[in-house]
Amino acid sequence: MQTVKMVVTGPFSAGKTQFIQSVSEIDVVATERRISSDEERSVKSATTVAMDFGRITVDEDLVLYLFGTPGQKRFDFMWEILSEGMLGFIVMVDSTRPETFREARSILETFRAYAPTPFVVAANKQDMEDSWELEDVRHALRLDKNTKLLPCVATERDTVKTVLLELLYSILNEMESGK
Amino acid sequence: MALRGNLRDFTITQLLNLINLASKTGTLVVDGASEQAFISFREGKLAYARVGREDGSLAAVLHKANKINANQYRAIADRAGQMTDKELGLLLINAGYVTQEDILLNLQGYFTDVVRRLFTWVEGIFRFENEMLPPDDRINVKLDLENIIIEGSRQLRELEQLKDEIPSLEMALKFTDRPLTNVNLSVDEWKVVKFVDPKNTMRQIASTNKLTEIDVRRIVYGLLQAGLVELVRPSGAPTPPNPKMFPTPDKEEQKSLINKLIGRIRTM
Repeated sequence: MQTVKMVVTGPFSAGKTQFIQSVSEIDVVATERRISSDEERSVKSATTVAMDFGRITVDEDLVLYLFGTPGQKRFDFMWEILSEGMLGFIVMVDSTRPETFREARSILETFRAYAPTPFVVAANKQDMEDSWELEDVRHALRLDKNTKLLPCVATERDTVKTVLLELLYSILNEMESGK
Repeated sequence: MALRGNLRDFTITQLLNLINLASKTGTLVVDGASEQAFISFREGKLAYARVGREDGSLAAVLHKANKINANQYRAIADRAGQMTDKELGLLLINAGYVTQEDILLNLQGYFTDVVRRLFTWVEGIFRFENEMLPPDDRINVKLDLENIIIEGSRQLRELEQLKDEIPSLEMALKFTDRPLTNVNLSVDEWKVVKFVDPKNTMRQIASTNKLTEIDVRRIVYGLLQAGLVELVRPSGAPTPPNPKMFPTPDKEEQKSLINKLIGRIRTM
């Protein structure tokens, strides 16, 4: 059995667990804990403290694992461990919470420093009225024009599939260009 | 129990706060990554500070502050080699070169600057020596620590924020397409800009220009915000090992594996 993995990262409450849940064929093995801080509890009641774990079986010889990182900064010691051996990574950002964009940028830079693998940025909650437009998110995150920034609604399987596919196309392109 | 420990567990700001609250007398010795610092206190007030091999003599401090010129500084160093700072201070006041206020203000400024630099030290071992008093031959001051602590906390917060923006100094910089014309840069900013090259990490740029971690982060942050540079992985740097990325070393098999993944996800 061959296994490969991708990492889904991003700030607290960006929608990483939901993203994995939308495509995983198993119930996501989530390591969630009740949130202790009032500020964070106002956003959601439980958060991932170690990792989320989803699976997509390709055939009897190949399985793709999706790992979601904990979003809270105090668990960032897990990030490097989770990033080992990844094919690529997805940075999720909540398009309705600009106060998290800075952290998303920082997480992106941290993962880029860990491994020179391809990545895409998924602007989640694009179905919400108060979500930022993609181009505004691009400027706020200081993404260059070559970085793929994709609209996403983590509860909708199709948009999640598109994000995963775009990351796979980037991986393939990079392999073909011999980088 | 002796006051000793690691800066990772106890920051300089926390140490100063403790010394202030306990009105301690003695010297805080900090062994940093590349230098050693000695900060002396009397009853919880800053009395004296020196760092590394830096010449913190009265003559050097006054020369740095342009209170005496280079010739005067050289003459003092030649002729007053054996004189203590206290004796030299009295001589300079009597000769009308400086006032007592000049001396105290400049020494206070210098000692505060030394402590300020310590705020950016994140690695190091510290110990507080109750018996070690400020050197007798040097002029001591009596500075309240509260303002220094407030400024230190502010700097620490700034460093934390800058670390969020620029997590690793091992990344390099490259110019964006935006031209560098009509941009007003400071001397330190130019020093960094001069070395912007995907071959140079930010740590190398800082070390070449003798800039502290917070200084280089501050400058790079400004350049990033202005859209003049972007962070890149240093070219020529060894790629971190990522051996388990693919279960097979064969490139064609790797491509086929990715194509299989694409096919599977498309049909989900």
